[in-house]
Amino acid sequence: MKPAPFDYVPAESVEEALDVLEQTGGEARILAGGQSLLPMLNMRLARPQIVIDVMRIAALKKVEETGGALIIRAAVRQVEIERWPNLAKDQPLLAAALACVGHAQTRSRGTLCGSIAHADPSAELPLVLVARGGSVHLRSRKAKRKVAAEDFFTGMMTTDRREDELIEAITFPPNVPATGYAFREVARRHGDFAIVACAAIADTKSARLAIGGVAERPVVRAMPLPGSSALDDALNEFAWSLEARDDLHASARYRRELVRRIGKSTLEEAVRCRA
Amino acid sequence: MDVQGESWVGRSLPRVEDAALLSGCGRFIDDLGVRPGTLHAAILRSPHAHAEIAGIEVAEALAAPGVAALLTGADIKRLTSSMVVGVKAPLECWPIATERVRYVGEPVAIVVALDRYLAEDALDLIEVEYKPLPAIVDPVRALAEDASILHPSLGSNLASERSFRYGDPERAFAEAPHRIAIKVRYPRNSCTPIETYGVLAEYDPGSDAYDVLANFQGPFSIHAVISRALKVPGNRLRLRTPPDSGGSFGVKQGVFPYIILIAAASRVAGRPVKWIEDRLENLAGAVSATNRVTKLVAAVEANGRITALDWDQIEDCGANLRAPEPATLYRMHGNMTGAYAIRHVAIRNRVVLTNKTPSGLNRGFGGPQVYYALERLVQRIAVELRLDSIDVFRANLVPAEAFPYKAAAGAILDSGEYRIAMEKALEQGGHAELVVRRDAARAQGRLYGIGYTAIVEPSVSNMGYITAVLKSAERKKAGPKNGAQATATISIDPVGSVSVHVASVPQGQGHRTVLAQVVADVLGLKPNDIRVITDIDTGKDAWSIASGNYASRFAPAVAGTAHIAASRLRDRIARIAAQQLNVKAEDIVFKDGRIGAANNPENAIPFSRIAAASHWAPGALPGDVDQAIRETVFWTPPELTAPNDQDEVNSSLCHGFIFDFCGVEIDRTTGEVRLDRYVTMHDCGRILHPAMVAGQVTGGFAHALGAALLEEYVYGEDGSFLAGTFADYLVPTIMEVPEPIILHHETRSPFTPLGAKGVGEGNCMSTPVCIANAVADALGVADIELPLIPSRIAEHLHGPETPPKRVPTQAAPKAGARQLFGEGSATVRAPRQAVWEMLLDPNTLEKVVPGAHTIERVSETHFRADVTLGVGPVKGRYKAEIRLADLVAPQSMTLSGKASGALGFGDGTGFVTLEETDGTTMIRYRYQAGIGGKVASVGGRLLDGAVRFLISQFFAAVAKQASGDTTRRASGFIARLLVRLRRPP
Amino acid sequence: MPRMSGSRRHAVAFTLNGRAVEGEVEPRMLLTDFLRHVIGATGTHVGCEHGVCGACTVQVDGEPSRACLMLAVQAGGADIRTVEGLAPAPGRLSILQESFRTHFGLQCGFCTPGILMSLDALFAHTPNASEQQIREQLSGHLCRCTGYTPIMRAALAAGEQLRRESAHA
Repeated sequence: MKPAPFDYVPAESVEEALDVLEQTGGEARILAGGQSLLPMLNMRLARPQIVIDVMRIAALKKVEETGGALIIRAAVRQVEIERWPNLAKDQPLLAAALACVGHAQTRSRGTLCGSIAHADPSAELPLVLVARGGSVHLRSRKAKRKVAAEDFFTGMMTTDRREDELIEAITFPPNVPATGYAFREVARRHGDFAIVACAAIADTKSARLAIGGVAERPVVRAMPLPGSSALDDALNEFAWSLEARDDLHASARYRRELVRRIGKSTLEEAVRCRA
Repeated sequence: MDVQGESWVGRSLPRVEDAALLSGCGRFIDDLGVRPGTLHAAILRSPHAHAEIAGIEVAEALAAPGVAALLTGADIKRLTSSMVVGVKAPLECWPIATERVRYVGEPVAIVVALDRYLAEDALDLIEVEYKPLPAIVDPVRALAEDASILHPSLGSNLASERSFRYGDPERAFAEAPHRIAIKVRYPRNSCTPIETYGVLAEYDPGSDAYDVLANFQGPFSIHAVISRALKVPGNRLRLRTPPDSGGSFGVKQGVFPYIILIAAASRVAGRPVKWIEDRLENLAGAVSATNRVTKLVAAVEANGRITALDWDQIEDCGANLRAPEPATLYRMHGNMTGAYAIRHVAIRNRVVLTNKTPSGLNRGFGGPQVYYALERLVQRIAVELRLDSIDVFRANLVPAEAFPYKAAAGAILDSGEYRIAMEKALEQGGHAELVVRRDAARAQGRLYGIGYTAIVEPSVSNMGYITAVLKSAERKKAGPKNGAQATATISIDPVGSVSVHVASVPQGQGHRTVLAQVVADVLGLKPNDIRVITDIDTGKDAWSIASGNYASRFAPAVAGTAHIAASRLRDRIARIAAQQLNVKAEDIVFKDGRIGAANNPENAIPFSRIAAASHWAPGALPGDVDQAIRETVFWTPPELTAPNDQDEVNSSLCHGFIFDFCGVEIDRTTGEVRLDRYVTMHDCGRILHPAMVAGQVTGGFAHALGAALLEEYVYGEDGSFLAGTFADYLVPTIMEVPEPIILHHETRSPFTPLGAKGVGEGNCMSTPVCIANAVADALGVADIELPLIPSRIAEHLHGPETPPKRVPTQAAPKAGARQLFGEGSATVRAPRQAVWEMLLDPNTLEKVVPGAHTIERVSETHFRADVTLGVGPVKGRYKAEIRLADLVAPQSMTLSGKASGALGFGDGTGFVTLEETDGTTMIRYRYQAGIGGKVASVGGRLLDGAVRFLISQFFAAVAKQASGDTTRRASGFIARLLVRLRRPP
Repeated sequence: MPRMSGSRRHAVAFTLNGRAVEGEVEPRMLLTDFLRHVIGATGTHVGCEHGVCGACTVQVDGEPSRACLMLAVQAGGADIRTVEGLAPAPGRLSILQESFRTHFGLQCGFCTPGILMSLDALFAHTPNASEQQIREQLSGHLCRCTGYTPIMRAALAAGEQLRRESAHA
């Protein structure tokens, strides 16, 4: 269980990383915290010819807070955001979800952008980014572009990122006043990938519910506010639309049931949490 | 003579093992140095559950950098002979696949290279051609007439069948007012020690001998199996164990087939070869407990008293019968009546082979399977007869005055006060309060249940029990097998310091600490004065077939044997002391490091001085003492006799008693089981070290909790192995394991030197079924299947499901199968005929087959391709075959494909129709696909999406190729794909 | 730009338990293999090589990290601590180590080094770690011997003892 050989590029600047990406495209993988890539390398599920380490790039280690938005660059580790001052107040959904991402021993090295790039449909961070209407900042040697999180995740571990692009940063938009946020997930064990993860956002007029772990990517949908007679139907349609599948941890039926039930209680909690 | 002062035994002294282990100074097998020039092995494993090996191409791998040798099944067959099989049947058992593979993870080839990285590189270059055969996973299906047969020599999948009858079960059933039955399936699981297997082997051609270091745990009867397989006499197989071993729980018995493989590899390579199993190999290919299907019927009186049992057990040992299997099925044989006084028993035992990992030792060994059936039955008796469970126990438990009690099938239960222990547990464990909690929870509409179990925990196995699988005449022919030789050596060096050497091969249980306590007590020394060595070298140490760490034999057998050895040495030293102190030997006392006269404390000499006398002044020893330097004792209990003509067998020397009860609450929304309280009462005889006993109980409890709630080696219907990582095979963490309340009631064993009984495995037997009984009570249902995964429990909780208003487009996959079904469509701005021609044109196929490097046309409708397939970062290179059939131009065809490569294999069939409207063609497809091998084992969670992705990708490529640019017309998933596909490759 | 060839060895240097260490590795070599088989620091154990069991946990710049999910080349310049660096002096045990011995927080000892490194990092960062925080920290480790009960006891007692010591200091 050892990786196949690869060349290693400890990039010192974004430009350097982008140069290599452009030259090698699909043969290269970006290595940030390595908590998703290394297991795949060890199992030889992934066998890139080149691994570009971006963790030495000073420009990618920054976190910016502008107007309440949190812009997190590629080399920022999860533990740094976990300890970010006032995170629970300013980014309550992110704070709640981060605690469920793996374990302390993986959050210490894993990055947020890395989890977004990996696009595991059960992962918490893609779900929160989609739920919050966040965005992904992509950059190639030729161009920069910003993609809405909802459009970024295209399927099972597949994203809108082009092979010559680097995820430079992700943005979590500012917390909206008078809005409640709630996060809940059901997993077989603490720290496991979610069987169903729910992120709910509610203000006085509307609600949104994002579901991870069921479809091939996190999916967000507008929902009637709890108390509305239309909620149960909307949740049921949402649950079915995700095309849940059976696996060894849970049946499709169970996943739909949790979308309906946990989805509802998470929405209710979001309403209760409205500031 | 006498030993005076406070006894060390019975106290929770700090462990002598710990300082090194806590400082990173442990000496586990992979921590030890190797000889210069040692090579490293990696093993290629089967991705198929069942397939013929049509060919193995190794030239490229042999030429790879750093590769020194490569062995396949043919080489192993040439160098070794089949491992001995424990039943009389035309069966061979090889440590590597020879003509066919029979389980996912079965070794197929071994590469020996300069390091492990290079060895794994070379594995990727081996090409194996497999011809898949139908796989058998279900043990009941394995017995069907039309079942695919694993071993053609056997003619069926039934490796052994025996029926037994004790007492008069037919009459008991005829006379009983009630007949209560249960049918249960016990799943596959394993205690998965955190340290994996390791082997270091060297062949000496000069003496045709093997020297092997392995983290093997015994029993050393396996030494004979290994040497026979390696075709050398036992004295030419020197088997050593490292000083530390990272847990075993039975599992490390299963390293022995790898000892054979690595030993053979070292012979071929001409150099020492080392192999450390990795976790993927461990989960797929190490040892699993057996899964078992049991039908159990009881004849029951109105008060719940069971008068007879009728067992029908179908044991699934996996692909091969590896020694000592089918021992799991016979381990409990002498006592299939548990803690109950049941005189009439019928048993039908069948052993079947299926396309799963061969089974072997695993903590509890046969107990979890037996007690899951028996104790579920006892719960059903209480429910069906509307009795209190406790009253059913009261009616059936073996009464205290009956001990030693001979059970119907021959076990002799050594000691016990089962009813007293139970009542004590109920009282001290707060049973009355738990009932109040349950009633209060239920009054609030919550789901709360209480479960109970009463079991007997056997320890110190009789080496003859397994021969109960043979008929009496067969046994006679083979010669009697019985006993349980334990060994201990005590030696004294020239400065009078004491060493203890045993062949108990601990894997973390703290044997060294306890032995120091035992011997210190005998010799009047401090435990610190005693040095205990527990690694073993079969070339130099005292050992026998029963040596090793299994059947919870340490405290009852090994510690007792050390006590006997120390006592014999002490008696000789006492005679030397008596001469020097001028008193009678009977009046000598050993105390505080001195040997002296009982009635005159001043008349004493330091222990070391007298103890060393045999070295320095042997001529001055009393006439009746030859030496007091070394004493080796072999001890075997006389109670462990061979099975008799009536098939009665005392399968174990000691029988502890456990009574457990627990309260569980089930979350109505998620189906999650929360353990509210767990009480476990143990009678393990005399307790030598209370903290270690507690550690055995909490450790066994955690394993059992895992078995009850989380752990299962899941196989797809096609035999694919689906729990290939620690993210899929779920071991409980600290978040899932509550602290049990541990109680003790002690009745010493009259059969063991120290009165101790085993305690290491009981909770693995009692706890899974205790939790299951509580869940059955909470849900009010009879059929409970382990593990109790929330998704399965929720089936009892969630009412009928509201259908969607809009029917989903994708057909749902079949539950539990690796076969996937789906459908989709793509729109092409091109006429139907053009699309049709394109599908038949190899030049365009090259462009539309995902990731194709080359396509070779074999015939009009048959193509071979070299492709790179993948999803996200998961990519692999495959050889693919594509066939077109059922051609109805230009409307429909069947398209089938197969691909195989290092990451596994896949196949799929698609039915494709073309419909044209206004110059636009709609391609509709329905497919059925399956994936197996490594990807299925380690990436099952990602699999369904991957298959859909690849198939969609193919048709999207067809669409793109036919129309140039279709993005604006396609929608949804296809559109996203096409965005991707427009990018330059 | 530096591009380290996959087929060659490259120098890597970092601080291990306060001492400079260096060696030559292919880019693909895991930190676990480098520590154990190149440096000879075998106290860090390998249990799964996919980041779940926690046996290989070491501290990288003070944070508990899976050494099996790190390439040795990634460790260049880092400050790495392993179980070998816990004891205050040869033949002595730290408070945490001693607590594990007192409370029988280990049996086979294979998972223990990783657990110690995680707890040591927790107590350094959060001296007042609650039982729940300890539990969360330990949830990243698999132990098959103890059933966790004695580990929790050892951890709680060590936390208390460390707080007492720092109050006296």
